[in-house]
Amino acid sequence: MDVVATQESHAKQEAVDFQVDPSRYKHWRLAFDGPVATLTMDVAEDGGIRPGYKLKLNSYDLGVDIELHDALQRIRFEHPEIRSVIITSAKNRIFCSGANIYMLGLSSHAWKVNFCKFTNETRNGIEDASTHSGLKFIAACNGTTAGGGYELALACDEIILVDDRSSAVSLPELPLLGVLPGTGGLTRVTDKRKVRRDHADIFCTNPDGVRGQRAKEWRLVDDTVKPQQFAEHVKQRARKLAEESDRPAGANGVALTPLKRTVDEAGLHYGYVDVQCNREARTATLTVRAPESVTDLTFEKVIGAGANWWPLQMARELDDAILTLRAGELDLGLWIFKTTGNPDAVLAIDEFILNHQHNWFVREVLGMMRRTFARIDVTSRSIYAILEPGSCVAGTLLELALAADRIYMRDTLEDGNAPSMALSNMNFGPLPMVNKLSRLAARFYSDEAQMETLRGAIGKKLSAREALDAGLVTSAPDDLDWEDEIRQAIESRAAQSPDALTGLEANLRFGPAETLETRIFGRLSAWQNWIFNRPNAVGTNGALKVYGTGAPVKFTWERV
Amino acid sequence: MINYTEKIPNNVDLGRDRILQRALEHWQPAYMGWWYDMGPNESHNYEVYLRTAISVEPDGWAQFGYVKMPEYRWGIFLQPRDEKREVNFGIHKGQLAWQEVPGEYRSTLRRVIVTQGDTEPASVEQQRMLGASCPSMYDLRNIFQVNVEEGRHLWAMVYLLHRYFGRDGREEAESLLARRSGDADNPRILGAFNEPTPDWLAFYMFTFFTDRDGKFQLCALAESGFDPLARTCRFMLTEEAHHMFVGETGVGRIIQRTCEAMKEHKVEDPSDVRALGVIDLPTIQRYLNFHYSVTLDLYGSDVSSNAANYFTSGLKGRFRETKLDDDHMLTDAEYPVSEVIGGKIITKNVPALTALNERLRDDYIEEIADGVGRWQRIIDNAGIPFRLTLPHKGFHRAIGNFAGHTISPDGEVLSEEAWKNHESEWLPNSKDYGYVQSLMSGRVVEPGKFANWIAPPARGINNQPLNFEYVRFN
Repeated sequence: MDVVATQESHAKQEAVDFQVDPSRYKHWRLAFDGPVATLTMDVAEDGGIRPGYKLKLNSYDLGVDIELHDALQRIRFEHPEIRSVIITSAKNRIFCSGANIYMLGLSSHAWKVNFCKFTNETRNGIEDASTHSGLKFIAACNGTTAGGGYELALACDEIILVDDRSSAVSLPELPLLGVLPGTGGLTRVTDKRKVRRDHADIFCTNPDGVRGQRAKEWRLVDDTVKPQQFAEHVKQRARKLAEESDRPAGANGVALTPLKRTVDEAGLHYGYVDVQCNREARTATLTVRAPESVTDLTFEKVIGAGANWWPLQMARELDDAILTLRAGELDLGLWIFKTTGNPDAVLAIDEFILNHQHNWFVREVLGMMRRTFARIDVTSRSIYAILEPGSCVAGTLLELALAADRIYMRDTLEDGNAPSMALSNMNFGPLPMVNKLSRLAARFYSDEAQMETLRGAIGKKLSAREALDAGLVTSAPDDLDWEDEIRQAIESRAAQSPDALTGLEANLRFGPAETLETRIFGRLSAWQNWIFNRPNAVGTNGALKVYGTGAPVKFTWERV
Repeated sequence: MINYTEKIPNNVDLGRDRILQRALEHWQPAYMGWWYDMGPNESHNYEVYLRTAISVEPDGWAQFGYVKMPEYRWGIFLQPRDEKREVNFGIHKGQLAWQEVPGEYRSTLRRVIVTQGDTEPASVEQQRMLGASCPSMYDLRNIFQVNVEEGRHLWAMVYLLHRYFGRDGREEAESLLARRSGDADNPRILGAFNEPTPDWLAFYMFTFFTDRDGKFQLCALAESGFDPLARTCRFMLTEEAHHMFVGETGVGRIIQRTCEAMKEHKVEDPSDVRALGVIDLPTIQRYLNFHYSVTLDLYGSDVSSNAANYFTSGLKGRFRETKLDDDHMLTDAEYPVSEVIGGKIITKNVPALTALNERLRDDYIEEIADGVGRWQRIIDNAGIPFRLTLPHKGFHRAIGNFAGHTISPDGEVLSEEAWKNHESEWLPNSKDYGYVQSLMSGRVVEPGKFANWIAPPARGINNQPLNFEYVRFN
């Protein structure tokens, strides 16, 4: 237990930096050949993001996944010519052996949960790119593909396994570690690959996995190929998939320049995003600033602005802030979203984005916003939105409020400074949650009549009272009540059980419909996080705890 | 209907075991197909003076006689069962040894058996062309003996797969016949078993070094709590001894012949030695370096959770486990393991449970050193000032803590450039292979004759004279 304590205090000392660039990769190589990018995993054993374990056999930790996430972003934005991506390994006869077990054994519960969430989001991002960006992914499994390694492969469009009579795909988490294949493995085996449930049962309880023809028959892989033909076959498949893409041939990419960020005791400070940490109240206030003026938008101007174009810069900053808070500020249990700026500027940008979806860059910017906002939905923090005089509650930025568990809007009598709320088309589908519904549709349980009424209000500036009547805010206290109402709402929330609140929020945010992603974040992760807390996994004799020591596992046999 | 007892000598009651019969009905013809394809080249009609095990009794395990190798009676033998045998280590210590596979260890055991089993046919494949360049009829007979016994060891492992692992076991047994040494599309499981065995010096080195790894693995498995595996391995070990004898005496006879020639002609310079048509001692040292280092890799990672699990579960013990004087649990024990940190080799203690691969490797090194010492005595007795040495454990390693580092035979951590400058002094180079193979361009098969580069053995097989006709070519 000493080791765990050290890890926890260490995590507090050194914040995780989610910003990286290819020149600093330790674990991946990114190569480009015409329309095909190859992402080669070559994990540096001694390059763990935390001390105490070696990343052997292409196993990964959070640091490896941060690089993968960055590489995907580079391909999206900096290489519009890329149409298909091969994910493979530089190691001999090993593709990837999954999350590093020693790292998991040393990690605190919170670290494990956060790590899994980020890796899940990165794998969802691969599928997001396949669905929306015209990027197709091939997992070229040139050796053993185990655990998280297979989960990574499952996120790809095609899985090609080398047929050398040894290399297998496997999900050995349950038999070896007493936990679940928690990075989407279990869910994708069924929901995506449609592996029959009894086959999945055998597959997930056998540490050796399945190889060759049977792996194909059970739908665990798409193809098995002999080593001599493997590289050529993968290349041909990648070319073939590239042909189906609508990514442009001659376009120049947009460089994802380093974020300008200041970190101090008060919080995190970016160009359009500011985070104020109140450690006493255990809250973080995230303020997102919109442009002050409406400008004429043309494609040339937008691409000229590149990474500094407001929606992209704002989304990247917000993304970084969310990840940094999640990983490093565990006690700040309530996030308060605020906005400032000119609503008309946001509405104009929304319109431009939605009217230019045929353009690869604008499409990617929308994707970045979509994925960033989707992170909020699965964040295990209470979220309030505070709409007050000076707030900018329009279109894209209204999504921040709609993502919150509660929305407070000040019904003020102050002349000319009252906050208003404006819906745009952006609120009706382009920025779906992980349940594939817009936040509005989820809020109103997809009630068509209600959605129709709201669509009629697009472009109108709704007062606090009108917004309240339309069901768009939780409460609209007037000037006299405002301060005390907000204070008490914050204080009472911050006092309640963080675990129960996480559970409550996760239940309320997504509503009744399930998707692959909600099943991963809800069903799979929830069970996994429960197992991660149980003695059979993490007790002194738990499977995860003793793995690698040779000490025997001792289970308590009661079924709960 | 096959008469199993007649065709397949055994002590497992094959005649009444329907599970085994069903499995063998399919596998035995496939095995014969494999032998015809991958067994010793052009040998199928030879009559070879071979020993065959027909029972586990003292007079039964080594019956000598002429036999065509495809008609060799590959049998299934387990050392007789000791009803009182217990699991001797790990968490099940003190329980009666298991006669059936414990379900919870099924896939682990299967993997262990498949990995061991895969090496047996691999070496036959690696050696199948060597008959064409044999140095004598005696040596030809010996390689064939090694080959048929490797075949029998495959049978032994396949027996376990067939008898105890159901359909999975039958499929794995098929795969053992389907993989091919050195086939890039379809390789054998372990790296050293995909390396070619290009000449007879390599063959002797292989049987001395690599077959001895086999011995140590078998010794560790002979301690297994899974009794059928333990008993199978114990019987295999009696045969393995001959393979290592072939290797040790083979290299020894080459050294002896070289020393004789050096003394007779009073030369020491390797090029002068080569001019005499014998193998110079530095080349022998380089072969030794190569085979020793690739064999060390076979023991696996220095720190291994698999090895720890095998031990704790009672599946694979240590070398001479029951002779060791400790708790056989290794709960708090430590063991030293080396690694390279900042250009230096550092030794540190790790939990002994996780260092079992390293420990077995160290046991192996100790025994190897004795054999190399016996070779050295041949050189010393000839009065030649040359020392054969075992290189440092970290030399030329591809697996474990030393992998990725360039370490000299003396144990110095080198830059990659410094390594490249010396590599051809330390490992056999293409000229060495070219020279050694030039000596072996044809075969020597006249009874009693030996190639110039190797001395005759001290005595023949089964007390037969050296000029005995060990192989009839028909």
